[in-house]
Amino acid sequence: MITRKRFAVGLSALVAALSMGLAPAAAYAADTPDDSETAEGGAKPKVELVLDVSGSMRARDIDGKSRMAAAKQAFNEVLDATPEDVDLGIRTLGANYRGEDRRTGCKDTEQLYPVGPLDRGDAKTAVATLSPTGFTPIGPALLKAADDLKGGEGSRRIVLISDGEDTCQPLDPCEVAREIAAKGINLTIDTLGLVPNTKMRAQLSCIAEATGGTYTSVRHTDELTDRVGQLVDRAADPAVNPVAVTGADRCSAAPQLKPGLYTDRAGFGEHRWYRVDVAPGEELRASVSVGADRAVNNDYGVLLRAVTRHDREIVRGSAAGDGRTDVLSTGLRYPKPERDDDNDSGGSGDDKEIVCLQVSHSYSPAAGAAAKGKPGLPVELAVDIVDAPDGPSDVAAFGLGRGWWLLGALVLTGFVGGLLWGWLSRWRFAVWRTN
Amino acid sequence: MRTTRLAALAGLLGLGALLTSGAAFAAPGDGDGKDGKRADAGTSFRTATGIEQGQKGTASASTGDYLYWSFPADAGRRPTVEATVKLPESASGASGAKWRIDVYDGLRRRQPCMYGMQARTATGSGPVELACTLRTVRAWSDTWADDPLPGTYYIRLTATGLRTADLGQPVTAEVEATSKDIGGSAAVDGTLGAPLVPGSQPSAGEPEDGWASGWWTDRWIWTGAGGVLAALAGVGGYTLTRGRGQVSSPSGA
Repeated sequence: MITRKRFAVGLSALVAALSMGLAPAAAYAADTPDDSETAEGGAKPKVELVLDVSGSMRARDIDGKSRMAAAKQAFNEVLDATPEDVDLGIRTLGANYRGEDRRTGCKDTEQLYPVGPLDRGDAKTAVATLSPTGFTPIGPALLKAADDLKGGEGSRRIVLISDGEDTCQPLDPCEVAREIAAKGINLTIDTLGLVPNTKMRAQLSCIAEATGGTYTSVRHTDELTDRVGQLVDRAADPAVNPVAVTGADRCSAAPQLKPGLYTDRAGFGEHRWYRVDVAPGEELRASVSVGADRAVNNDYGVLLRAVTRHDREIVRGSAAGDGRTDVLSTGLRYPKPERDDDNDSGGSGDDKEIVCLQVSHSYSPAAGAAAKGKPGLPVELAVDIVDAPDGPSDVAAFGLGRGWWLLGALVLTGFVGGLLWGWLSRWRFAVWRTN
Repeated sequence: MRTTRLAALAGLLGLGALLTSGAAFAAPGDGDGKDGKRADAGTSFRTATGIEQGQKGTASASTGDYLYWSFPADAGRRPTVEATVKLPESASGASGAKWRIDVYDGLRRRQPCMYGMQARTATGSGPVELACTLRTVRAWSDTWADDPLPGTYYIRLTATGLRTADLGQPVTAEVEATSKDIGGSAAVDGTLGAPLVPGSQPSAGEPEDGWASGWWTDRWIWTGAGGVLAALAGVGGYTLTRGRGQVSSPSGA
């Protein structure tokens, strides 16, 4: 009998251990997008490498080789290491036009290898044919590259490798990048500058900043290879892409949001309103990040408010900061109690409450910055609904006590109680005896 | 009779001590993490790389990048984040840049550091060491407060106040999050419906042995031991009033 019991206990422990071991594995598998979603082709991440093939790439100053040779070597290694689930394309700028006419030269951008499943041999052959030629039309190339990456639901990434600043003004590539990012297509531009000077650094980092990308200066071939490889790998990382939404300027017109991740644009001095329905016994969690995608003044803030339909503020989250930053974030939670006897409850038929979320920020454009109002600053809003918390009935857990003072007090009380009881029973005994 | 009681009390206290030490031993923070898991930094809240407590997060990046990691922290623990930034020897201009770590909770609210060098200026010789110790994570707090709550925590490492000439230089960085068990003194009543883990993104996940149920606290032992001691003191007080050796049975009457 006992043996059987032990066996049963052991078996159940084994089952428990197995299920604990399996559960995280299953959760992890659900997180990686390369299983089912990408097989459909819709959510495959896309990367386009945009390479400057202008005349200046002939300069022999990277490890004793020409910049072009370094770029070719890096491309070959990156093409070998590209993950299977990434669609990769290559675009060149300044590769074909040999003349001096600026207007023609500034249209010189060509898709060398189309974005799609990678054939390493073809891609390498295409790269090998390149020879440094013309102008540096970064802006037009970025626009075309954004077109190349159209379609699908996956994340998009442009890796721009250049050795000179844009030679095709007045189209400012930084403005172009911001316009592309504002389309809400989850596009990031990472820039690499070959042997950069200050002006070029400023321009390339401005392009990267406008889209939430990164800027890197390159002086050696292996740096170039490592960085481009890293950026392509990064595109393959699982990440949830936010859904574009447009907030209203007041609560009554606000779009209704389900739990999820959203992106929007909020200009300087603008408020953005969204609406979330919260049922009793649920908790609303919202976080917002407002990005600084252009030169802004040093002091700034962001405010997220949850208000009822009747303009009563429930709770707010706010943050302020100074100095260089990518985003400024804040968040709030609003647990709605199970029983609702508040007049502010929203719906008449069902008892879901309409909660309006107001997002505002106090960034201000830096003096002399090119971009003032349009497009607005990028806003990322995460909305979650979970079960409401168990509120406390006491400050301490379960109202339990702790510490030497508690022990002393309990011992003293016990002792006094014992004494009193002893005296009482002695007195009763004496009374009983005398009777 | 008395000896047996004393022995029983000693046994009870011993059991209590064993329980507390067991709980402390089982707590996360002392493991060396999983080696195979990738820990290279992400570049935004959305793409933050999840690391476990005790696991080293790494990054090879450029100055000016914003590097993000995330880790889970549970109630009753005080997390500490440490970061080391290594600048290349050739980075002549990189000195003078101020490196900083910021820690945000699962709602992306910035969390203050109780102590630790949160920001430091690179001097050009040797790595930059940064540290930030958060407040103790509580099981519950008012919605109006920004107390640290169990859930995901984000680490952001970046250089502030850079000159344009310093942008884009290669750096490597390492971060590690550990935590200290504060114990019952931080045990508050109430629990969250779910830990503050962002629902719509792959994140740090949960601690090695899952989220605490909020049921266990060493206050149970203190209160229980207090009850036992009170009972003993009561018996002691009672015996005191009976005097010594005067055992008079009612049957003798």
